[in-house]
Amino acid sequence: MNTQEALLNFCLRLADNNMIAAQRLAEWCSRGPILEEDLALTNISLDLFGQAENFYEYAATLQNNGKTADDLAFLRSEREYFNNLLVEQPNGDFAFSTMKQFLYAAFAKPLYEALQASKDETLKGITSKAVKEIKYHLRHSSEWLVRFGNGTEESLKRSQIALNELWRYTDDMFLMNDNDKALIEAGISIDLNTIKTSFMATVNEIFKAAHLSIPETNNIITGGCNAIHSEHLGVMLCEMQYLQRAHPGAQW
Amino acid sequence: MVMNTTAITTEEIWKVLGTIPDPDIPVISITELGIVRNVELLHDEHAIVTITPSYSGCPAMGVFREDIVSMLQDLGIKQVDINISHSPAWSTDWLSEETRAKLTKYGIAPPENSDHLHTGLFTDTSRTITCPHCQQKDTKRVSQFGSTPCKALWYCNTCDQPFEYFKCY
Repeated sequence: MNTQEALLNFCLRLADNNMIAAQRLAEWCSRGPILEEDLALTNISLDLFGQAENFYEYAATLQNNGKTADDLAFLRSEREYFNNLLVEQPNGDFAFSTMKQFLYAAFAKPLYEALQASKDETLKGITSKAVKEIKYHLRHSSEWLVRFGNGTEESLKRSQIALNELWRYTDDMFLMNDNDKALIEAGISIDLNTIKTSFMATVNEIFKAAHLSIPETNNIITGGCNAIHSEHLGVMLCEMQYLQRAHPGAQW
Repeated sequence: MVMNTTAITTEEIWKVLGTIPDPDIPVISITELGIVRNVELLHDEHAIVTITPSYSGCPAMGVFREDIVSMLQDLGIKQVDINISHSPAWSTDWLSEETRAKLTKYGIAPPENSDHLHTGLFTDTSRTITCPHCQQKDTKRVSQFGSTPCKALWYCNTCDQPFEYFKCY
């Protein structure tokens, strides 16, 4: 595996994760439970779109074939998207979206921290900014889960239902392929298993405070980094990419 | 033929860049905000300005780029290239005391030093922000997200007024 190709693929995975998570959060715009929360969800969405753009810009540079960051976001189909299955899941209720956001932030924070030691300067630079933002996102969703767990029976029930449904997608975030192997060898990325301890420490701390228990499940679903997705991504991309597909090259 | 030989200096460029306001907080400039990292003048007609994004998704970045290019072209520089640098990551620690005072006067509580950047999973409720209106410390956070990516919503219990806090990054 060529290191340059592996890095391009890895950048796309990071970009796609943020892009899809951001698009899902943007679906909350004007639908937040309270005004402050509407602002919070769209602010987090904006941070993630920004991080996605930085990764896409870098991916476009690495690809060096005249394709732009916009082409990468809007003109690839679902089998060319490398995001984790977690972030593409539909929003559900507010507890469900918060749980999804929490699990993603609990994974992204130690990943970006570990990438500070990357031999790739651009990756290091982009993630050094992103990690500051993700800490705010993690705290936001953590506090909500604890509030749900100590709120009413209904709020506790809904957050446990969310966890029962979403936990099966968490292994997928740690799944690695040949690209990861090449990047670990080159000192550019890390063995994702090494950040699992940090991820588990975060989720255990919050779930304890929120009276939530991790479900026992054998129904683990993986495949995101190999572009194998759930049925939800295609539908989502149809909507997200509509304008660029219908009017190629349209400018804002 | 007599050429106009008044040479442009990098100091002059910095001075001009110092007049470009942050569109969200017009009392401070893009140089005070710390997003202009470097100015390189190759010759009188070609300048390279290196900027760093304040936030990954800062919607003002496009405006900054356009403003920088048009202001420097007005100065007579034909080619203006904008470089984006991600490292070191922008920090609110780069805001000077003078800039912080301007923010307070404008009604935005300035960011705390990043030594206070809280890393725990829960908000440190022991820390309060001084109200920019009445300078009292009996304040509470309403939301850690506000009208722009850089601001949080706070409320002052003394003067009963809401205010914005420039978040520490």
